[in-house]
Amino acid sequence: MRKCSLDSLNSVFAKIAEAMALYLPVDGSDGRAVFSKWEDGSVLSNALNTVRSPKDFFFPQSEDLMRFKTEGKNIEIIDIRPESEDFAVFGVRACDVKSFDILDRVFLTEPCDSYYASRREHGVIISLACTRPSETCFCQAFGIDPSTPAGDISCFKTDNEMYWQANTEKGEALLKAIESLTEECTDEAVNEQKEKIRAIMKKLPLASLTTNSFGGGKTTELFDRPEWAELSEACLGCGTCTFVCPTCQCYDIKDFNTGNGVIRYRCWDSCMYSEFTRMAHGNNRISQKERFRQRFMHKLVYYPENNDGLFSCVGCGRCLSRCPISMNIVKVMKKLGGESK
Amino acid sequence: MQKITKEQLIERASALLRDGTVNHVLGWAQGEFDYDITPAVFSDESSLTGNFVWNDFCGANFSKYLVSKCRTLEGKILVFLKPCDTYSFNQLLTEHRFDREKVYAIGIPCEGMADIDKVKAICGDGISSIDCSGEKLSVTSIYEDSPISVNTADVLTERCVNCKSKKHVAYDELLGDEGDILDSARFDEVAKIEAMTPDERFAFWQNELSRCIRCNACRDVCPACTCEVCVFNNPKSGVENKAPANSFEEKMFHIIRAFHVAGRCTDCGECSRVCPQNIPLHLLNRKFIKEMNECYGEYQAGETVGSKSPLTDYTLEDLEPGEVFDRGDINA
Ligand code: SF4
Ligand code: SF4
Ligand code: SF4
Ligand code: SF4
Repeated sequence: MRKCSLDSLNSVFAKIAEAMALYLPVDGSDGRAVFSKWEDGSVLSNALNTVRSPKDFFFPQSEDLMRFKTEGKNIEIIDIRPESEDFAVFGVRACDVKSFDILDRVFLTEPCDSYYASRREHGVIISLACTRPSETCFCQAFGIDPSTPAGDISCFKTDNEMYWQANTEKGEALLKAIESLTEECTDEAVNEQKEKIRAIMKKLPLASLTTNSFGGGKTTELFDRPEWAELSEACLGCGTCTFVCPTCQCYDIKDFNTGNGVIRYRCWDSCMYSEFTRMAHGNNRISQKERFRQRFMHKLVYYPENNDGLFSCVGCGRCLSRCPISMNIVKVMKKLGGESK
Repeated sequence: MQKITKEQLIERASALLRDGTVNHVLGWAQGEFDYDITPAVFSDESSLTGNFVWNDFCGANFSKYLVSKCRTLEGKILVFLKPCDTYSFNQLLTEHRFDREKVYAIGIPCEGMADIDKVKAICGDGISSIDCSGEKLSVTSIYEDSPISVNTADVLTERCVNCKSKKHVAYDELLGDEGDILDSARFDEVAKIEAMTPDERFAFWQNELSRCIRCNACRDVCPACTCEVCVFNNPKSGVENKAPANSFEEKMFHIIRAFHVAGRCTDCGECSRVCPQNIPLHLLNRKFIKEMNECYGEYQAGETVGSKSPLTDYTLEDLEPGEVFDRGDINA
């Protein structure tokens, strides 16, 4: 374990930025935290979390995949990917770090998504323990401990210090680069903080939420539950919940006619949209109830069924705070699990 | 604190369900933390008593729900409308979007709605409950030993700070006063943007709109956006898109939408209320309203049923195209 004073944080960030692009949450012009590229003087946000999740670094909202150029009867396929370069993301919370495991299982399983894989290879994740969890946080329902976030490096912020702990080779290498600006220390202060955070977690309003009623094998039991109608009654079919979610992974691939060729790009898609996975006969989920059900069944049943019981929600609470009608996965879990008030 | 209580609303709704005047009630349902309220359909008294809520976080405007609910629900629907909601209600009727015969509208007075993000800016994360029954909001947080007292005026949503009218322009029944049209400062911010140089103005909107994630919440909540299939969702339109292709394209989406609702937008404020990225969309719409007021005389969409917006109504007093051009020149 190493540490530096908070006063010296800017120079530590500067040192990292010498080696690679560094991103960290800063307060935007509207006061909400957003991951931005570090520049001299960038101030780390005090916010618990960003509205947009860090999945954007590995799975951007929209990206060009390739270009096609036709000349006579020949079609030339051009790889238009920019060279990937190393980058680091600082301040990732435990829930969001976990979301990368969930995305990895989708994108890195054969056939591996080389676009995603290259960014994962080049990215260094520096996580940050949560000292003031929000009422909307329920990571613990998924076995995540916010006091001890994973990642290549885990950081812990106390009143005056930042503590750094490397967990992987990539992390070791980066800590080496900032060695001169940090000093070796014991983990006493960090352990003390961990205990405090764990005590707070017990007091959170969603502390008792459980996943007992969900998981692989529950499809028949849950699919036709009458509660879906009521739960989805007011859903607008917007994409807010899916777009702010760190684990939502669906995308669409489209061709854009440039006039003298075609650019093939991919962009996020949302199961909440009426034209999602549209086929020749239309969308097989004809009403919003079915689209709504898909999102939650995917996270709570289908994904764990195919991934050794791992749920594809990390309890970050973004959909709780951003859904325009305040409907969300917690209300779904409580209602279907028989715990709603 | 709202003047009318949740109990009064439940009592009235229950009576109307009991005597058969209505079969369903469109109202607000209790959430996990007092501020996360969901629009819901209540069809019996027990669900009303168990779940119905009316407090300072009942921002959702139900007018648009009538378009779908009038089609899918059997019988008559009771809808509770705040003053601003009644303008959307009238505008939808003007556009023949729902069957008035199927609706029983109760106007309820409103003291303004609170914005949870503003509450959190004061109290921080960790709010477990909010008591709205006193003069001030009483916020209980897991990080504080005693509740934090917050002035309602400090946390009002933008649209309530600049409330244009406390008057109910449509109802079958009123609980409370009819209310008055107010002198609001809602165009002040627009005037500030007009006073900018074109470059500053471009930078302002670039900064705001570049945050857009194209979740479509603004469009999907908007009572003026009731097309069966929006052009932006229709693969046959040629402009269908799920993500902004580039930063210019994003502005196109918003500008096209603002044009589309011009003359029909009642300035209900739902778009800005729901935007997860805090983009001040109301400023675009208000610019149109201000512009129309100045060019064609004061007009408020939804004030009456059947009124024609200046953009679809020709009169001899209308501005000549040349004068419009000159105005543009002055503003540039
Ligand atoms: S659940 Fe909420 S955020 Fe998600 S699509 Fe429905 S209204 Fe939008
Ligand atoms: S479903 Fe909601 S709480 Fe779960 S990971 Fe996604 S945004 Fe976070
Ligand atoms: S959900 Fe857990 S890990 Fe995520 S921000 Fe909240 S406390 Fe931290
Ligand atoms: S609600 Fe906000 S983020 Fe979503 S599409 Fe509208 S402007 Fe963009």
